[in-house]
Amino acid sequence: MTQSRGFKVFRAVGLLVFAAYFFVPLLAMLDFSTQVRGSAPGRTWGNWAFMVTDEDLRSSIVASLLLALFTVVLMVALLVPTMVWVRLRVPRARGLIEFLCLLPLTIPALVIVVGITNVYSWVTYLLGDSALVLTFAYVVLVLPYSYRAIDAALSAIDAATLSEAARSLGAGWFTVIVRIIMPNITSGILGAAFIAVALVLGEYVFASLLHFDTLPVAMAALYKSNGPAAMAAALASMILVAVLLVGLTFLSRDRHKQGASS
Amino acid sequence: MGNLDALTSEAALTALRGSLVLSGSTALIGAVLGALLAYLIVSMPPHSLVRRATMAVSGVLAQFGGVVLAFAWIATIGPVGVLTAAVSDLLGADLYGNGWLFGLPGLVVVYSYFQVPLMVIVFAPAFDGLRPQWREAAVNLGASTWSYWRHVALPLLTPAFLGALLLLFANAFAAYATAAVLVSQGQPIVPLMIRQAITSEVLLGQANVGFALALEMIVVVTVVMVGYNLLLRRTSRWMR
Amino acid sequence: MTDPSTERGLAVDLVDLTRVYGQVRALDGLTLHIEPGELIALLGPSGCGKTTALRILAGLDTATAGTVSVGGRDLTRVPANKRDMGMVFQAYSLFPHMTVIDNVAFGLKLRGKDGSSRRRRAGDVLDLVGLGEHADRFAHQLSGGQQQRVALARALAIEPSVLLLDEPLSALDAKVRVQLRDEIRRVQIEVGTTTVFVTHDQEEALAVADRVGVMNAGRLEQLAPPAELYSAPASRFVGEFVGLSNRLPADVRDGVAAVLGREVPVLPGSTDGRGHALVRPESVSVVKDADGGATVATVMFLGPLSRVTCTLSDGTDVVAQLASSDALRLEPGDAVRLEVAPSPVLVVA
Repeated sequence: MTQSRGFKVFRAVGLLVFAAYFFVPLLAMLDFSTQVRGSAPGRTWGNWAFMVTDEDLRSSIVASLLLALFTVVLMVALLVPTMVWVRLRVPRARGLIEFLCLLPLTIPALVIVVGITNVYSWVTYLLGDSALVLTFAYVVLVLPYSYRAIDAALSAIDAATLSEAARSLGAGWFTVIVRIIMPNITSGILGAAFIAVALVLGEYVFASLLHFDTLPVAMAALYKSNGPAAMAAALASMILVAVLLVGLTFLSRDRHKQGASS
Repeated sequence: MGNLDALTSEAALTALRGSLVLSGSTALIGAVLGALLAYLIVSMPPHSLVRRATMAVSGVLAQFGGVVLAFAWIATIGPVGVLTAAVSDLLGADLYGNGWLFGLPGLVVVYSYFQVPLMVIVFAPAFDGLRPQWREAAVNLGASTWSYWRHVALPLLTPAFLGALLLLFANAFAAYATAAVLVSQGQPIVPLMIRQAITSEVLLGQANVGFALALEMIVVVTVVMVGYNLLLRRTSRWMR
Repeated sequence: MTDPSTERGLAVDLVDLTRVYGQVRALDGLTLHIEPGELIALLGPSGCGKTTALRILAGLDTATAGTVSVGGRDLTRVPANKRDMGMVFQAYSLFPHMTVIDNVAFGLKLRGKDGSSRRRRAGDVLDLVGLGEHADRFAHQLSGGQQQRVALARALAIEPSVLLLDEPLSALDAKVRVQLRDEIRRVQIEVGTTTVFVTHDQEEALAVADRVGVMNAGRLEQLAPPAELYSAPASRFVGEFVGLSNRLPADVRDGVAAVLGREVPVLPGSTDGRGHALVRPESVSVVKDADGGATVATVMFLGPLSRVTCTLSDGTDVVAQLASSDALRLEPGDAVRLEVAPSPVLVVA
């Protein structure tokens, strides 16, 4: 069905409005972040350098990045073998696992925090109060998104048939999972990892209410004393997340090409 | 159970009303504008650069971490925001006014910012569920474009639309970070009341109020999500 | 049941229809005349243009050149929703949110018929296809075959001038396919609508059609009644696409071909001199003969018939089709003589 000229014009205008909607706040942040303090005229990148020079901010950045890394590792180590195993050996448990993994979606993070404040004080007592302790909570928070990414990848490659073929040729279960299935779902694992990182870098509810010093918490606190620097940090984290998420869409495009053969 | 009385206090009821208004209005705005935008996007060929870029951008915006979102809007329409300055220079009007950005009205504007892309992501696939054979069959039987939309496409899309609307509602209701950064005085919505309850060191016994409020949140969100799931099932039955 | 008026069957004319997509010529000058009330099957491999032709006729696609006329009226520029045709798609075309009867009545609703006459007419057509009791069910509650029957009813409810079927049976199980194709033919004869039936299954085409149009690479190779198509193919493509054919060495002189030691007349379109004759397996007889010049290679039992593959002295394989009672006497390795029936053959290069 061909589209009329009027429709195409309307669409172009609509998309332009959307583009403005998207870019204006970002440009505003960029503008803010490059201002010189004390409303003096001129532009400076000093605020951006603040992320490296200021010790508190730097340590919070490192904490967040490490937290993201640990969360991803723990998530992959937990989720991938479990999901593959369930899909291949215990298909009946699949509904249960899916329900458990999607559960965190329906319970607001805020509610979880209220419920576990007491638990967490006990956890920090045992494991110390570095922000890395948040890893366990974050793994739970990213479960729904990571589950979906890996589940989609597993569905696309027909894991059952591949594993049966490998087993009939003599492979043991470890080989099947590590050498047959996992290489074929890399895009799904990467996708899960990317989303996890994006979520961890922006997570504020848990970190602030449990009094951990991660990047979002530090940014919010910094705003009161040094607005432009806080803006720079915020924009930087947003760009990183954007790059990850855009990379994700390109990954899923490749996966469609791969799965098309089935 | 005395804690449940806390839910009926005036402050709690005001907060609940505020949350419902915030969630309802931004869900509606997000759903209508987002559905329109999703339609425009889906009308482009699947591999066109513009379409893929717009979907990617929507994905990013919908995941906007609360803190960054708050900052972005402060930078735009805050007291020294870019848009505030532009409007004051060009039109002489005061966009910032008495600081409405840092209260409930501000939250409505800011939340809508991520509700629209979220709607695009959640609702755009519904258009893919509209099989081309339905349109061709309708046209073949004599339907004009308007008839097709009225009798076939819109009825089929309605469950998905309502489901997405509910999802947007739950999303706004449960959101915390952006409000926490923007609003420092007062508790116009439930999540901020919870914040006050569990971080307050002055008033003892407040933690239990927090629990009660959290319970209230769970009830609302669960009811909405159950409705969402029912609508989801209707959609998938029709558009397998 | 509404009386089929003579208005139902209108003649259809496709003249010089061409459809080009970039480098691809999906249709290359297709010209076709369909008599009122006739069922024409368009048969061919994927990509031959049969579906493209159907869609252009329906108005769902536009031709690059050529015209479409129905009942003498030029419809080339008329939009699809004003062409008064009924189309049955391969699958998934029933509106999932409407009951069966609402689906069938949809075209009538668009034409402004009031509720009770819509219900009556829709009910009548549903009875015609044998699904009267399923009127209030939904598409997902019906089997594939039932859904296609509803689709047929929906297309017929509006009393179209032309009925179009786009591979309506391809998505169904084999047994259902055979049942449903007979149904479709029965209904079509009863209602009398001019019909175009697109398929890639030659058995289907031969079974239902008044005439079959074999298409290849955007062109019409031959348009003829099924029997003629089978026994007198006009080109090599038709001869090899429809039914099985042996390619036997032949020598043509003065309109007569020498095949396996016998002289048979040739069909128009045959080459001259040395070539290959397209001979059907059932036209080859096998007789035990020590000096026959051929040896039995395999005997394949297929029920009432058997296929016997023999090898000639020059190495050519020939497939013969015999009654199993005759084939029982043959064994691999037997020396045999092959004879060709005296019916005309097409000789190609």
